[in-house]
Amino acid sequence: MTGFSKQWPLWEVFIRGQHGLSHRHVGSLHAVDAESAMKNARDVYTRRNEGVSIWVVEAAQITASSPSDKGPLYEPSESKVYRHPTFFEIPEEVGAM
Amino acid sequence: MYAQMVKSEATKEDPAMLAAFQARIDAGEKIEPKDWMPEGYRKTLIRQIGQHAHSEIVGQLPEGNWISRAPTLERKAILLAKVQDEAGHGLYLYCAAETLGVSRDELTEMLLDGRMKYSSIFNYPTLTWADMGAVGWLVDGAAIMNQVPLQRTSFGPYARAMVRICKEESFHQRQGFDIMMKMANGTPAQKRMAQDALNRFWYPSLMMFGPSDKDSVHSSQSMAWKIKMNTNDELRQKFVDLTAPQAEFLGLSIPDEKLEWNEDKGGYDFSEPDWNEFYDVIQGNGPCNTDRIEARKAAWNDNAWVRDGMLAHAEKKRIQKEAAQ
Repeated sequence: MTGFSKQWPLWEVFIRGQHGLSHRHVGSLHAVDAESAMKNARDVYTRRNEGVSIWVVEAAQITASSPSDKGPLYEPSESKVYRHPTFFEIPEEVGAM
Repeated sequence: MYAQMVKSEATKEDPAMLAAFQARIDAGEKIEPKDWMPEGYRKTLIRQIGQHAHSEIVGQLPEGNWISRAPTLERKAILLAKVQDEAGHGLYLYCAAETLGVSRDELTEMLLDGRMKYSSIFNYPTLTWADMGAVGWLVDGAAIMNQVPLQRTSFGPYARAMVRICKEESFHQRQGFDIMMKMANGTPAQKRMAQDALNRFWYPSLMMFGPSDKDSVHSSQSMAWKIKMNTNDELRQKFVDLTAPQAEFLGLSIPDEKLEWNEDKGGYDFSEPDWNEFYDVIQGNGPCNTDRIEARKAAWNDNAWVRDGMLAHAEKKRIQKEAAQ
């Protein structure tokens, strides 16, 4: 059987659904280069007007946080409750703030 | 149901980690690719998502058979869009499986050499145009029964692929029912074709849910992991309950003398399909098993030069760009 030696690289696809929204990850696909990744993304992920703009990024270029870093990364913000507006009590007579 | 009889893998990790994993699933958390997961969970999912993806891809063949012979240009365009969707569904699912550490090429290899299966339903031939109606109405209808609950499955990438698929699947079933309505209200010969398609696809559609799994240990493990959301019997019952009135609306009769509404259980009583036929088909002896795999092998092998050529061209462009810098 031929063709199992080298696989096309993996690309992650991000689509802006509507004007004014940010791009959102929708899935991935295989393509030889950025140009063909863009064409494939159009066929695979926007067959029903799902987007107005596409980003493709080679998956190997993405650095992701690891689940085991969850503590060190997010714990410091959990202990700083004063960062949320609800931490402060404003008397009712002051009105909306 | 596109994944039938998926054997779930035993797992022998540390009981404390297994319990913590199960607690996450019970709490409704999604498991993501980089999270710790039991080896059995990973392997079972690769098998299930892979089989599901292969079914979408092989499922293009029986319908592709009618693209060039659709009765009108509009029907041809619709069928073409439907078959293109099936390719898309296969790709979403291959990508979900790849996050578990298997490559798409490996999955393809396992399909072609018989280590992985696809749904038994695609080993039946599509003999007339009415079969396009029956496939959309019954086969996609049965698939929806299974896929809607899988949107809540515990593995994040699989659940998200299912959400996309379910959005598109409803078009598939409706276009099938539309064909059936047209034919059932057409000439007597057209109505006979519609009835004949229903006769041939009814029991194979019931088989899609797989045999009764009330005693299966594999099923209970998969259900605990939330990669199987309902038993095969529950889904089959639901399918019959929804489909029987639709057949009545069409003025067609389901080929089952025992089909009857049962007030006590609030559902229809119906005959089981011939399970010997089912086992025979999944062992490779269905009417079209050989054709389907031969077609996939030919597509893979005959187009190897395209894959290689595109890769070589991209590599050449990359080198030229580097040299110019």
